[in-house]
Amino acid sequence: MKKKEFTSAGMLGFFLKGSVALFAASIVANLFGTIFNTLVPQIISVTIDSIIGDEPLNKVSSFVVDLLGGIDVLKKSLWIVALIIGILALLIALFRYLETYLTARANQTLLRRMRNTTFSHILRLPMSWHDRQMTGDIIQRCTSDIDTVTNFVSNQLIMLFRILIMTVISLIMMFTMNLKLALIASAFLPVMITYSLLFYRKAGRYFKQCDEQEGVLSTYAQENFSGARVVRAFGKERYEKEKFEKQNVYYTGLWVRVERFLALYWTTSDLLLAIQLMLIVVLGTIFCVNGEITTGKLLGFISYNTMLMAPIRQLGRIVSNLSKANISLRRVSEIMNAEEEEYGTAEQLSGDIEFSDIIFSYDDKPVLKDINLKIPQGSTLGIIGATGSGKSTLAALLDRLYETERGQITIGGRDIKDIPRSTLRNNIGLILQEGHLFSRTIGENLAIAREGASDADIRNYASLACVSDNIEGFAKGYDTILGERGVRLSGGQIQRIAIARTLMRRAPYIIFDDSLSAVDSETDLTIRKNLKKEFEGSTVIIISHRITTLMNADNIIVLDDGKIVEQGTHDELVAKGGIYKKIFDIQMNLPEELKGDLQ
Amino acid sequence: MKNNDVLPLKKLRFFGLGKLRPFLRNYKFLFAAMIIGRFITGLFQTFVPFFQKYAIDNFIGGSTLDGLAIFIILYLICLIFIAVMSYISSYDCCKLEMFLLRDMRRASFNHLQTLSVAYYNAHGVGHIHSRVMSDTGAISSVLSWDICEGTYNIAYVLSAVIVMFVLNPILALCVVLLIPLATLVSVYFTRKLTKINRRVRHINSEITGAFNEGVTGAETAKTLSIEKTLDKGFMAHTDEMKKEATRQGHYRALFTSLISFASYVALALVLWYGGIITSIDTLKNLGTLTVFMTYAQGLIGPVQWAVDAIADFISVKVNVERFSALMETESDVKDSPEVIEVYGDTFNRKCENWETPKGDIEFKDVTFVYPDGEEKVLEHFNLKVPKGTNVAIVGETGAGKSTIINLVCRFYEPTEGLILIDGKDYRERSVAWLHSNIGYVLQTPHLFSGSVRENIRYGKENATDEEIMKALESVDATKVVEKIGGLDARIGEDGNSLSTGEKQLLSFARAIIANPAIFILDEATSSIDTITEKQIQNAIDKLMEGRTSFVIAHRLSTIKNADIILVIKDGKIVERGSHSDLLKQKGVYYELYLNQFRQERERSFPEAS
Repeated sequence: MKKKEFTSAGMLGFFLKGSVALFAASIVANLFGTIFNTLVPQIISVTIDSIIGDEPLNKVSSFVVDLLGGIDVLKKSLWIVALIIGILALLIALFRYLETYLTARANQTLLRRMRNTTFSHILRLPMSWHDRQMTGDIIQRCTSDIDTVTNFVSNQLIMLFRILIMTVISLIMMFTMNLKLALIASAFLPVMITYSLLFYRKAGRYFKQCDEQEGVLSTYAQENFSGARVVRAFGKERYEKEKFEKQNVYYTGLWVRVERFLALYWTTSDLLLAIQLMLIVVLGTIFCVNGEITTGKLLGFISYNTMLMAPIRQLGRIVSNLSKANISLRRVSEIMNAEEEEYGTAEQLSGDIEFSDIIFSYDDKPVLKDINLKIPQGSTLGIIGATGSGKSTLAALLDRLYETERGQITIGGRDIKDIPRSTLRNNIGLILQEGHLFSRTIGENLAIAREGASDADIRNYASLACVSDNIEGFAKGYDTILGERGVRLSGGQIQRIAIARTLMRRAPYIIFDDSLSAVDSETDLTIRKNLKKEFEGSTVIIISHRITTLMNADNIIVLDDGKIVEQGTHDELVAKGGIYKKIFDIQMNLPEELKGDLQ
Repeated sequence: MKNNDVLPLKKLRFFGLGKLRPFLRNYKFLFAAMIIGRFITGLFQTFVPFFQKYAIDNFIGGSTLDGLAIFIILYLICLIFIAVMSYISSYDCCKLEMFLLRDMRRASFNHLQTLSVAYYNAHGVGHIHSRVMSDTGAISSVLSWDICEGTYNIAYVLSAVIVMFVLNPILALCVVLLIPLATLVSVYFTRKLTKINRRVRHINSEITGAFNEGVTGAETAKTLSIEKTLDKGFMAHTDEMKKEATRQGHYRALFTSLISFASYVALALVLWYGGIITSIDTLKNLGTLTVFMTYAQGLIGPVQWAVDAIADFISVKVNVERFSALMETESDVKDSPEVIEVYGDTFNRKCENWETPKGDIEFKDVTFVYPDGEEKVLEHFNLKVPKGTNVAIVGETGAGKSTIINLVCRFYEPTEGLILIDGKDYRERSVAWLHSNIGYVLQTPHLFSGSVRENIRYGKENATDEEIMKALESVDATKVVEKIGGLDARIGEDGNSLSTGEKQLLSFARAIIANPAIFILDEATSSIDTITEKQIQNAIDKLMEGRTSFVIAHRLSTIKNADIILVIKDGKIVERGSHSDLLKQKGVYYELYLNQFRQERERSFPEAS
């Protein structure tokens, strides 16, 4: 079933699920806040004109004034007006709180949804997808690109709505107050908008250059510090100093240029705004003297004018960020549009494993050719072969990390393509050569494989994998934290913890994909003995370079260039005198001088 | 070494600004110009409402338009003056910021070039990188922008307060009373928010870490079928993030709405009392009232800004402390003034005074303790390495094989005793002299981003293409260079990616072209395939002829012919002698050899098929 692909807009819609209502609510809060905000200059202008002065009231304001007890009462008790402004201030504060809070909450809801969905999605993408990606690039998409998108939506997009609301309301107020002044004032709008757009288009290019140069400088410093030994050993301190100096000075020059440009924009646009205001004050004064507008109304008009013009300068930034956000959204969408594996439900599996006529290529290179193989339930299969001969691929196909091209793999007679991945992977314990340990405690790393594992379980399986002594040797034992900030383990310790972790699943099929390579021969033997004792009846596949590891298997196959070239028990293969015998000879052969010592 | 980073940081007065005096000193005038310009801007900004007042009082109140032209001209002059001052001061401010940043980065980078390898070992690249790149950024931004904005806002508030008291003391009180109140509110919230911000940042970095694991651990997650468990863990992080960040939103919202409320209350008070006096004498007071209304709304913002600036100063203290700790760290490997006199310092060498070394090296009664350790790694150690001797150092991973090399290279100096080169204590010559005579190849080869030519020339600055090609040939690296597109091909972060083996070949060529008297090899051949390894082993053998060399070997088959083999166990030299001597002893070397032998055989497998 092919999932439908998201367009950028569709993707945003998908991410906005759950937060869109909050964003809407914050816009509504802004609408109310703005309305109450615009009432204040109205009150001031009425107060100045009719309560302090003696201008006649218009219909609306006389209705309100009458409600409050009439103009004469107000003239005597100005505190009533102050109180009304106080009440309005409370309402404005309340709505501003709601607006800011709701936006923050919406922002966080959006961010969480984007992060959660991409994280789970990435975990469920097939290995063929993971192989094609670079870790750094994916991390960048998951962090800074997601941040760019959420910031754009919750800051800039919301700001756009705010500007719109503010513009509409102030323009209405201004046009009802004085048509001529309003026309003059709004004539500046397109000028400011164009100026701001032009500026940010140019600034965007400058900023990009600066960012790139910052990257160059930073990489350069990074290389110098990580190569400190080489710099010292070759005595190139002076050369390094000069190289850094060049980049550093260039970077500084770029920024000074951008900042001068920025300073120029902000001061000129400030000046433009101030001149516009001056024009309103001068013309307003003339109109006032001519009796076309009252003083109070002029003052109110000036307040609205400020509300109108100030935010317009942000428009350019919003537009210039739009393209950046769009690119980020597309980069995230690319991840989300990749198709997930389907998992299905988990159930118990049993029976023989059978590979019939398996053919598999990777990147157009054939890896496995005509593999036919039967692994009876409860038996142990050994696989040996050169690097690149297809050993690990065989295991990966069985676990459906990759899909077979042609041929069929069955378990207990069921084609694994009909077995849900959950079932398959829950029943097959595949231990990778370089298994990943998560940055949490050792105990948690083990417990992760089995829900509700007890401390006793954890200790038990750690000792089966011969790693309990090492763990208990750490100061914090099972609570030792692994990873960047924690203890660093040796390759052998990592492998044994990974083995213990997989064993905890008690899967009926266990695969060691060269996962004993860093473990010494003696420990290797102990682990296999423990396995035999504790996991009787399990089917085991061991992939290894080491003859001694495979010797006791019920059946051993030798892979060469994707084909099974020899098959049989250890004794049969040695008797046969083929590749296996050759490997056996090299590994068991001793130099003259040390003969006898190795036994 | 004076390891200032580890010691508890000293209390610094004045936010530690004294430490930055050397940097600020260069920009006294820029600094002064910025502050004066910004102060004047703030001052004049307070006068703008007076034009409105004048218009109301004189033209509207007097019902006349006489003098309007002069009014317009003055108004315009004032606006342009403000714009010019503001442009100059903000441009000054950016210059100040960028110049300080450049100077601090330069100083710290150059200082780092003089520090010993011990410093790098103790601190980690990420840590050092953020000292040079981030701390400097934070400091320069606070020193410029916060001071710039702070000056403007203080000028505005001061001048507004004075003007208000001159115009009407009672009305002024209505507004001014709000300043301490707003300050208290700002201080409270800024503190609270700083704390939450830190937490949010912390959670955020954990989420980035979780993403990293999700990507790198995807295959493991699939084989264990633990996607849901990992989801749950991740969602716990994002839930916590949402909770904390929403709390942050709550405080921020509360803060802004309180500030807005305060300014409206000031406005209401002004309108109340101002209205009363205005209604008594409209003509005289209406203009004053408008000025006060402007201030009532405009004064709270600057107060909030000023508090923000102070908060920034407090938080940048940490950056200043870290930065100055780096600058005050002195290298524990330092040339004495007498040596510098003759040989020059790190950046200015006096090569004309440098002797050509022969390559005799002697450890004389050397005792060594790592700066961060207590155990004596070497104790009264004596070793004579005559010119042309090949010394091999073997031992298990992590046994401390690098110590001898660290001492020979003078990355560290002996705690006691002497190291003689050509019979003279190497501290009597400069570090740079020694390094210019050592060829060094690391186990994990480090190449710089740039062209192949630039990288090889690292060994010899003016090497011709011919010389470079010869060096490449001698280690059989010409094929690699051809494959990626010649000497001009870029490698490293911004170019071709090479395998570790290929990088090792190039770093070999780099060392060879320097033609050093002393050669140091830190198991340079571990990642090269067996056939190539044989080829360069020949080249190495040829190269080592006549040169003193030290080889850290992980594979014993490569050092059978060494003149002296030092066997290291738990950081100490436990055996020394030739290959056959040591085998006869049946000690540590013998065991190591047997083990390695087994592994070598296993490794030989792929070629067998």
